[in-house]
Amino acid sequence: MLSIRKLHAGVTGKEILHGIDLEVRAGEVHAVMGPNGSGKSTLAQVLAGHPGYLVTEGEILYEGRNLLEMPPEERAREGIFMAFQYPVEIPGVANAEFLKAAVNAVRDHRGLEELDAMEFLTLLKEKMNLVDMDPAFMSRSLNEGFSGGEKKRNEILQMALLEPKLAVLDETDSGLDIDALRTVAAGINRLRRPDNAMILVTHYQRVLSYVTPDRVHVLSNGRIVKSGDHTLARELEARGYEWLEATAEALPR
Amino acid sequence: MTDRTTKETFLAAFAERDRRGFADDPPWLREARRAAMERFAELGLPTTRDEEWKYTSLAPLVETPFDLAAEETGEIPAEEALGSSAGSSSWSRLVFVNGRHVGKLSTVRPLPPGGRLGSLAEALITDEEMVRAQLTSVGDKGEGAFGSLNEALWPDGAFVHVPADTSLEAPIQLLFVATPFERPRVDHPRSVIVLERESRAVLVETYIALGPGTYLTNASTEIVLGPGAALDHHKIVLEGGQAFHVGRTRVRQGRDSRFTSCSLGFGGRIIRNDVDVLLAAEGSECTLSGLFVIGGRQHVDTHTVMDHAQPRATSRQLYKGVLDGRARGVFNGRVIVRPGANGTDAHQTNKNLILSDGVEVDSKPQLEIFADDVKCSHGAADGQLAEDAIFYLKSRGLDEVAARTLLTHGFAREVLGRIRVETVRKWCEDLLRGRLRGGRVAEATP
Repeated sequence: MLSIRKLHAGVTGKEILHGIDLEVRAGEVHAVMGPNGSGKSTLAQVLAGHPGYLVTEGEILYEGRNLLEMPPEERAREGIFMAFQYPVEIPGVANAEFLKAAVNAVRDHRGLEELDAMEFLTLLKEKMNLVDMDPAFMSRSLNEGFSGGEKKRNEILQMALLEPKLAVLDETDSGLDIDALRTVAAGINRLRRPDNAMILVTHYQRVLSYVTPDRVHVLSNGRIVKSGDHTLARELEARGYEWLEATAEALPR
Repeated sequence: MTDRTTKETFLAAFAERDRRGFADDPPWLREARRAAMERFAELGLPTTRDEEWKYTSLAPLVETPFDLAAEETGEIPAEEALGSSAGSSSWSRLVFVNGRHVGKLSTVRPLPPGGRLGSLAEALITDEEMVRAQLTSVGDKGEGAFGSLNEALWPDGAFVHVPADTSLEAPIQLLFVATPFERPRVDHPRSVIVLERESRAVLVETYIALGPGTYLTNASTEIVLGPGAALDHHKIVLEGGQAFHVGRTRVRQGRDSRFTSCSLGFGGRIIRNDVDVLLAAEGSECTLSGLFVIGGRQHVDTHTVMDHAQPRATSRQLYKGVLDGRARGVFNGRVIVRPGANGTDAHQTNKNLILSDGVEVDSKPQLEIFADDVKCSHGAADGQLAEDAIFYLKSRGLDEVAARTLLTHGFAREVLGRIRVETVRKWCEDLLRGRLRGGRVAEATP
């Protein structure tokens, strides 16, 4: 589904990713872990197409297509979804209004008829149950004044509504109390299917106690320094990132 | 006939009108008109050298050869032509065509005894003493040049009198319609709205153009609120693309009265909007909001004066602008807290959304505080649509245009959401949608 090959990327004047290789197949959940500043969020932003990040080398193929040539909205319509680490607050735009616009933009692209108000509400109710979200949030402005946990639930709700093929969750577990973390993790598990894939970008192992990944990759200084199965996450939790950073130093640039 | 419009052409037009047209007016009114014209003669038409007009050049107006002698109403449009600007059929509606009341387009719902709703010119005949009392009490309060011109030259307008302890549920609409004329003309509608003690009303003041043309609307609306009275006021300016609108809303608030006003500016070449509120008694509350959405070479200048003359009054102001093309926006918000007006609570905000590099905005708060124990604050912010917000929406499948449109509506909604009359709110949302094409503010229609 996704092939990242020798990816070098960063912001203007500063390379952050120094050659990433990653293969993600349908049905798989990958965890990308690493300390702060290792390049995890940069990888997520590059996949979503954030205009502030530049790819200087390498390629990304998504279902055989050159992802880097697709603008962010086309990526979304083609089934890529990023759950933001810091979802943007948008005053004056009701959550439900935004969600309906997003769902219909994606449906339109897929050749499906747009949902009318009633059909959308039915779908919305069903998906809100999934993330245990209070309906009062639908008439409120998008993310405005939402707590950290409410914002993350709202991201998972969007994911549930848009039914992506490839979801990239950027630190969706950070800043959540244990109840919110369980709800969010349960939402992720219920959205896991044989025909879609997920990349969980996370600093901590704790979300991985609820969502078992197929593969775990450790990112350090812009490279994947170690990959393994879900037991690698536990090992990291026990030993910290330091033991791997030494390995990263030794790699050729 | 001259090519330009100047102080002299107005003086000459007045002299002619005073000889013929105003001959039927009662002596006190002729006197008031002359006094107002004398004030205008001293002031002259404002230029950018006047502090109050620093950012708004009237050169395009001066260079227009207005036909100041025009008095006829012109062709009366069919009711259907008013379209959605005419609001709901449950409202009371006074229609003015080129400044004159047109009865056959108007609908007046019954009022309780003592209530009045109709043409000011007619009230001058039927209720002279009532009109006189109001016109002389709200008369000279240091009117500027255009206010003086209106006082001197008004032919008609609305007269609304809501008796004490009366609650009018259905909105009252004052609909001012400009129709095309061969030569550019000037209209000076003057309206007087009086709410007696503990009464309530909703007012919708609308200015529209039917067809193209250059004209000037020089409108004055005077509002007097008795103790405990509450008025919910809306002003919608949808003048033609070549039109000038210079309007004043002057309000005098009694004890514990409430004045809420929302002004929306969509159409007009140059729009100048003055809102002067005198919080003349304790415990009065005033909330002003405004939104203008302009593109091309449109120019909107809002001047507010919030005069806290007595203790424990509250005022809130929120003015927002959406500007594109080479549009220009001016906001001047003056708040005066008089000596002894303790416990004043005044707040003012001006925010502008700038959609093009050619836009210019001048925003100036002016706080003059002469009392202790007051809460007074102001804030201003001008900016573009946030890139991170655009990216967030794109990452959910919305294209650039859809993202920008949604965000711009979001910006405007803070003001539109305050409109409590659903018919008005929906109409304004439609007007906003109509002005935003492809995420940009379209040029105004001629």
